[in-house]
Amino acid sequence: MLAITELHVSYGAIGALQGLTLKVERGSIVTLIGANGAGKTTTLRTISGIVKATSGTITFDGEDVTNIAPHKIVARGLAHSPEGRMVFANLSVMENLRMGAYLRRDKSEIAASLDFVFAMFPRLKERLKQTAGTLSGGEQQMLAIGRALMGKPKCLMLDEPSLGIAPILVQTIFEKIVEINRSLGLTILLVEQNANLALEISHYGYVLETGRILLQDTSAALRENTAIQAAYLGG
Amino acid sequence: MIEFLQQLINGLAQGSIYALIALGYTMVFGVLRFINFAHGDVFMLGAFAGLYTAPSLLKLCGGGPSFPGAAAVLLAAMLICAVIGILIEKLCYRPLRDRPRLTVLITAIGVSLFLENAGQYAFGADPQSFPEIITDRALEIPESWGALSALTLTVGQLLVFGVTFFLLIGLRAIVRHTRTGMAMRALSFNPVAASLMGVNTDVVISFTFGLGSALAGAAGILTSIQQPSIDPLMGINIGLKAFVAAVLGGIGNIPGAALGGILIGLLEALVVGYINPSYRDAIVFGVLILILLVKPSGLLGKPEREKV
Ligand SMILES: Nc1ncnc2c1ncn2[C@@H]1O[C@H](COP(=O)(O)OP(=O)(O)OP(=O)(O)O)[C@@H](O)[C@H]1O
Ligand SMILES: [Mg+2]
Repeated sequence: MLAITELHVSYGAIGALQGLTLKVERGSIVTLIGANGAGKTTTLRTISGIVKATSGTITFDGEDVTNIAPHKIVARGLAHSPEGRMVFANLSVMENLRMGAYLRRDKSEIAASLDFVFAMFPRLKERLKQTAGTLSGGEQQMLAIGRALMGKPKCLMLDEPSLGIAPILVQTIFEKIVEINRSLGLTILLVEQNANLALEISHYGYVLETGRILLQDTSAALRENTAIQAAYLGG
Repeated sequence: MIEFLQQLINGLAQGSIYALIALGYTMVFGVLRFINFAHGDVFMLGAFAGLYTAPSLLKLCGGGPSFPGAAAVLLAAMLICAVIGILIEKLCYRPLRDRPRLTVLITAIGVSLFLENAGQYAFGADPQSFPEIITDRALEIPESWGALSALTLTVGQLLVFGVTFFLLIGLRAIVRHTRTGMAMRALSFNPVAASLMGVNTDVVISFTFGLGSALAGAAGILTSIQQPSIDPLMGINIGLKAFVAAVLGGIGNIPGAALGGILIGLLEALVVGYINPSYRDAIVFGVLILILLVKPSGLLGKPEREKV
């Protein structure tokens, strides 16, 4: 579904990605884990066209999408819930969800997506008219994911959905991610620092270190790997 | 009392003009975070667009000054200014999108100087008289209104109130209830997130320039109806005052710009009426300094939070 080959990205002189190669199979949850500054966010931002690649290719759904504009990537069915949530704090919850469906025209299908999002995150439905900036961190994360789903994507990229959220809510959100993957058959690329949780819910994992893939395997195998346990799973 | 009411009417008329122009400053600031210093000159171009289109448009609408004729001139000026605004953004600002904001700001000053000088070259530097597109006369206020009948209210002022009111309502509807308006608000909060929703940010930015410039064009016509002497430098002072109005209301805040414009207009009228007309500009710019000191985010603006 999504394949990245030999991707290089730099910010000025800093090489943030140095020949990254990875693959996301249709219908799976793939996770990308790594320490601070490893280049996880940069990877997602480059796939979305926010950051330009200096070399390498990104193919999505069989087509080359390297370095095309962000809004065109979205139009092809790739949604991205960014690091730090980036909900539109000045817009209502409902308007945020409508922004997620910005490129869609079919009213009845949009309504169906809205129902799905409400089924996943009932709390959003209770707060439709509320300004998104007044939501709690956890609610904003739900909104960010719900907003991304409103585009009815073929593939969803999530950047650290656990960031700055109470552990109990993190658990709920991860359960929802699994549920979204199962019920919609939606392909998910999950970036996480919380490697424990990420490897628990994903099928396949990549470990990123300073812009390169250090290791890749099924998530089950990565969880058993002693080196990974020592470095990323807290023992 | 009558004297005071009269100043309020005059102030409200001038304030409406400032409000229309201030909206352009504030909307562009909202989406691009810079002050388009050429905006006052777009207002000037609106007046000249009226000057040049009026003869044929009036003829089309049956000859002399008339409401349909004035409406046609107004619409034409708005349309021409919208196109000019979109072109300015596309040619001058878009190539600098990723440059430091100071670069764009300096470019805006350059564009402003260019328009003023090109205007003097193309239209001539001397003031020209704006054609009469509607007969501006004082309205008869019936004796039965008592003391109020001493007030002077002109057709031009009434037109300013009506058109401004209508445009403000229309703008509010666009910004709050249309898909593009929603994208504008989203973009002004976070352009990256907006593009991740599929918003083509270039299109929305063009739209914003078009909208703001159309309002400046309308202001150009409304001003020229009341003061029918126009020249290529007429946008400098009014543009600066409208900028002060936008800052007063809270730059980036749309209702704030409208409110700021009206307040500056009223303030000016009161200074002219009760203090000394020659202090007018000094006091308006004094207000700017005061806001920057006391409440830099303006009356309705929220303090800009640092993005994390
Ligand atoms: N806009 C930028 N300008 C310059 N350097 C940047 C920029 N964004 C990221 N970097 C650098 O690129 C490298 C990769 O950053 P990135 O944000 O992709 O890491 P990450 O794996 O997402 O980290 P975290 O887990 O902290 O979110 C880091 O060294 C970072 O300092
Ligand atoms: Mg990151």
